[in-house]
Amino acid sequence: MKKDSNKVKPEKADGPGGATMGRRGFVKAGIGAMSVCYVGAVAYPVYRYLAAPAKRAEETAKISQIALPMDKLPPAGTALTFMFGSRPALLIHLADGTKVCLDAVCTHLGCTVKFETDLQRIHCACHGGVYDARTGKNVSGPPPKPLKPYKVEFANGQINISRA
Amino acid sequence: MGKSTSLERNVKRAPGVYGWIDERLDLTAITEFACAKEVPEHKHSFWYYWGGISLFLFLTQLVSGVLLLLYFRPGADSYDSVRQITYDIDFGWLIRSAHSWSANLMVLAIFIHMFSVFFMKAYRKPREFGWWSGLVLAGLTLVFGFSGYLLPMDDLAFFATKVGLEIPRTIPVVGPFLVSLIQGGDSVSDVTIQRFFALHVVVLPLIFIGVLAFHLWLVQKHGNALPPDEELKPESERRSIPFFPNFFTKDLAMWLITLNVLAVLASLYPWQLGPQAEPASPAPDGIHPEWYFMSQFQVLKVFGKLMPGALGEAAGIIVFTVAGVMWTLIPLYDKDSARAVQARRATWFGLVVLGAFIALTIWGYADI
Repeated sequence: MKKDSNKVKPEKADGPGGATMGRRGFVKAGIGAMSVCYVGAVAYPVYRYLAAPAKRAEETAKISQIALPMDKLPPAGTALTFMFGSRPALLIHLADGTKVCLDAVCTHLGCTVKFETDLQRIHCACHGGVYDARTGKNVSGPPPKPLKPYKVEFANGQINISRA
Repeated sequence: MGKSTSLERNVKRAPGVYGWIDERLDLTAITEFACAKEVPEHKHSFWYYWGGISLFLFLTQLVSGVLLLLYFRPGADSYDSVRQITYDIDFGWLIRSAHSWSANLMVLAIFIHMFSVFFMKAYRKPREFGWWSGLVLAGLTLVFGFSGYLLPMDDLAFFATKVGLEIPRTIPVVGPFLVSLIQGGDSVSDVTIQRFFALHVVVLPLIFIGVLAFHLWLVQKHGNALPPDEELKPESERRSIPFFPNFFTKDLAMWLITLNVLAVLASLYPWQLGPQAEPASPAPDGIHPEWYFMSQFQVLKVFGKLMPGALGEAAGIIVFTVAGVMWTLIPLYDKDSARAVQARRATWFGLVVLGAFIALTIWGYADI
């Protein structure tokens, strides 16, 4: 027995590139590789399980166009908040008859903005950001960027809203 | 608590981050302790691993249970949410299957652990509280199984819970009142799911973890028990191995084997979901309880045939109660093994209980 183990111990295999790896190193590397496989085999299904709703939301967000029935058009001087995929959007019917559609997510910290009928402007209640209702341009307060506009078209008795 | 910790003893520490943490938390004391701890090694050592396997399966239940909580909705929605987990959510079927299989394996591992402790007479002084706390954990595990079985609310779950609740109903005087309190009304309904859910995910885990901590502390305090035939050997003939790294590595290997078995079962035999429970429809043919309740089920069935009506049920329940009390109190009346004699009477009692359990379970399945 003892003689045997003496014989095996000094044996070294030449690894790639001339580097040598002893038996201990080989076992260590093997255990390391096996651990990685186990962790991966457990972590991958768990990750997919956790990510399932996010993946679904991404698919919902992918839509590029929606149609609203004509009777959804708000009266002049008011606005309608609706969901464009997974994001809220504003369909504004200005007092002069112009129809504007804008993304309703504040560019500052993501609150949903509101069209104020008395001042005919867009206001964010969270930190007092103000946007121009005609263009979506950020005019005062903390918002760093304007609200993204959507394209509005009327056809076949429907309001078609699509990404600009 | 030692008189001087290695913090005071000015131990030489490793450089770097580990050394920095070690200087403050004294990790060296833990490794020193783990290396000094010894585990006996003899021909029955294999049975020492089953407590650890049970613990591993419990941890698996905690992790897979929390994952199921992310999508499970108790109450009226429960069937639909389990359907979504099983068929819609990526790998939801695997997580649910792992939770169900691991539950069954955990009951099995605990039974093996309990019987091996019994036959090695490890319940003897000073380990009586280890035996009792272990029995509490085993009982809690069965309640875990029973309460979790209802949650998907398919037809099997519904009727199994109905039948199971008939057992406490036979308790004299308070039985019917107790059952209506447990199920929240006069039948198994959404209210029952909500209650079983609270029990299954909050109340039972809290109690279980507390009792488990006590159980593990006792194992630590008393060390592994020697079976009587090993105790009769002179000290010089007994062998032991260090807990760390030798026993620890073997323990880890057992955990890996358990994980492999669980992975194979959960992925090749995914847990099924039956049709939604419909209180107005008759019980499906061949309905039977989970295997770990099968022997009790069969006893009730047999006594019911011998003595029709409530008498048979009462007789069956008396048999369980007497056997359960004898099983629990074994450390108090097994005087032979207290003197380090091989207690043959206790061994026979254990064999009768084990034999009856296995025979009744097989009989139960044959009798469906």
